[in-house]
Amino acid sequence: MKLKQTVLLGAAMAGLLASSVTSAAEEQFIGLPSYRVGPYAAGGVGIFGGWIDYMQLINERDGGVNGVKLTWEECETEYNNARGVECYERLKKKGSTGNTLFQPVSTGITYSVLEKVAQDKIPMVTIGYGRTDAADGRVFPWVFPMITTYWSQASAIVNYMGQKEGGMDKLKGKKIGLLYHDSAYGKESHAIMDKLAAKHGFEVIKIAVAHPGNEQQSQWLQIRQAKPDYVVLWGWGVMNPTAIKAAAKTGYPREKLIGVWWSGAEEDTVPAGAAAKGFVAAGFNVAGANYPVVADIKKHVYGKDKGNMEDKSRIGSVYYNRGVVHGIITVEGIRKAQEKFGKGKSLTGEQMRWGLENLNLDDARLKALGATGFMPPLKITCADHEGPGKVKFQQWDGTQWKAITDWVESDRPLVRGMIEESAAAYAKEKGIKPRDCSKES
Amino acid sequence: MQFFIEVLVGGLLSGVMYALVALGFVLIYKASGVFNFAQGAMVFFAALTFVGFQEVLPGWLGMEADSSIVFWLAFLLAFLAMIVLGVATERIVLRPLVNQPHITLFMATIGLTYVIEGIAQMTWGATVRGLDLGIVDEPIAWLMDNYEIGVSKFDLFAAGVAASLVALLALLFQYTKVGRALRAVADDHQAALSIGIPLQTIWRVVWAVAGFVALVAGMIWGARNGVQFALTFTALKALPVLILGGFTSVPGAIVGGLIIGASEKLAEVYVGPFVGGGIEGWFPYMLALAFLLVRPEGLFGEKHIDRV
Repeated sequence: MKLKQTVLLGAAMAGLLASSVTSAAEEQFIGLPSYRVGPYAAGGVGIFGGWIDYMQLINERDGGVNGVKLTWEECETEYNNARGVECYERLKKKGSTGNTLFQPVSTGITYSVLEKVAQDKIPMVTIGYGRTDAADGRVFPWVFPMITTYWSQASAIVNYMGQKEGGMDKLKGKKIGLLYHDSAYGKESHAIMDKLAAKHGFEVIKIAVAHPGNEQQSQWLQIRQAKPDYVVLWGWGVMNPTAIKAAAKTGYPREKLIGVWWSGAEEDTVPAGAAAKGFVAAGFNVAGANYPVVADIKKHVYGKDKGNMEDKSRIGSVYYNRGVVHGIITVEGIRKAQEKFGKGKSLTGEQMRWGLENLNLDDARLKALGATGFMPPLKITCADHEGPGKVKFQQWDGTQWKAITDWVESDRPLVRGMIEESAAAYAKEKGIKPRDCSKES
Repeated sequence: MQFFIEVLVGGLLSGVMYALVALGFVLIYKASGVFNFAQGAMVFFAALTFVGFQEVLPGWLGMEADSSIVFWLAFLLAFLAMIVLGVATERIVLRPLVNQPHITLFMATIGLTYVIEGIAQMTWGATVRGLDLGIVDEPIAWLMDNYEIGVSKFDLFAAGVAASLVALLALLFQYTKVGRALRAVADDHQAALSIGIPLQTIWRVVWAVAGFVALVAGMIWGARNGVQFALTFTALKALPVLILGGFTSVPGAIVGGLIIGASEKLAEVYVGPFVGGGIEGWFPYMLALAFLLVRPEGLFGEKHIDRV
């Protein structure tokens, strides 16, 4: 009897131990280097809110990814490089398998940890920012500037202008102003715009705006003098509403002022008031709460009072939806990796990298996710870590963003050529031997 | 020539906007001899508090959001918040540091900056807000039609507000008892205390007035570019203005603002294209540096002579 009790107790304890080991393994940790205070908090609150809400949706509605619960921890960077590196170090060993994915949401932090992620074998996803030539996966196996890069965006903007003019040949002899943030981010536009100008025969008038950009009178006087046919607004933060208001003040038509995706959120148009009506901006995600994926978040996350956004009116805003896109890519990367390395298992960084490199969000998959039209279909390969390189153009109608085009293509051969050229130069400088993608499985 | 005049006038009007922020620095410097690093944060806090109250008051009072009662009540409440902030600063930060070196007080204002920024965002959130003062930011049609010169109505309004503030503050400093006491305190804390000037009261008054100036500056800048964290950056342009105009002169803030505004715009338009543009971020500092070599006390600043 005593023996039987001992055996039963032992079995029970072994079962408990086993279940605790299993439950510990059934978690996937994601470190979030967020910025909710400081100069860029307005964007950060939306992006990280949407991202966390999507991961919460997966936990609440689906019980995790094939039963693997998503866990996360935020680390405040204030968009500061030094803090970003500190957060990277602090987060990388958290969770049962460490931080399996790092998305800095900052070009500066991206550059700061570029070499660290390769050493630590943690994939870094940089959606809509970071180093453009990292799209060449042969040279940058650990970096994924997914969906589109700055160069693809510039090219798509020029293609949009061509569409508006009735053909790319009509751009010949036109003048395009480039009002850019005087920083590495702003200057990222120069090389591609020069190439496109040479190809299509238009003139680029580059006008720098010193940080933070809350004074642009002299720039807009120069624009008024030059009379460009279009102005590309390559701005950030307060520079955007200031530019939109200055455009109105100088009588420049807002529908000819084309913003990049860091210039095209509610945070850029609302402060500009009535002056923003008609302003057009590119985006790799759209605004709006009437997508099934957002409706599901409202139902399963906010319905249980587990939402991350204090200001619920921002659900469906450009930055919030961008955060949801970050969430989708994170979760789908995990799902893909689990297909190869075992469903219901936690992944390591290396396994996650495989998942990201084999990600294929086609129309059918986007439909299943409730995200048709929400973001472009996306296919990543060993060599191409960017994907479609497409953007959609939205116009501010005075109260909200409305999509005015379908996904607009970039000049892929030209952009890819530039990416490979730049990546090859980097590889030479750093002594990196590019991967042979035919040998990757 | 028309273009030159347009750049010049635009620059002068921008300079008035810088002077609005610089005024707050001057006030506190006059009273305590301290460069208040937190002035930019105060501008942000004041404007955010104003729009915050504008958002919540209609719900509390059951009124329309664009009602003038809501506007003035929000203004009053934001001013009260600035007074509370001023009193709290005196009580918690300044009082324990009486008679400490100026650098200690300066360091304390650096810490204060982060506290104010944090409280502002914690209370009202980080969302960027628009602010409509009912003044259209568009060129005066008559000037545009007849001379092709674009001068913004909004910029002129801001200039009018700044001129009124300067007149008020000049009167306060020159012709009132409080003003004289302020100057005495600025010269020497201990000497002022010894002749019965209530140092703590004076500091509270001056921080409250600086709060009022921050509120006005925040509303003008907020109406122009939106109420957002970037309002703290307005302080960056005030520093060269102060170096030029002098840290202790109210009219100096205006003259310094005009010089900085006009010169940076002219430099950006006429020199910028030859050096890659975007020079108005650093040009005012270069100008201020050059000025420091010639006249360290600024145009209207008090010349400091020490007996050895």
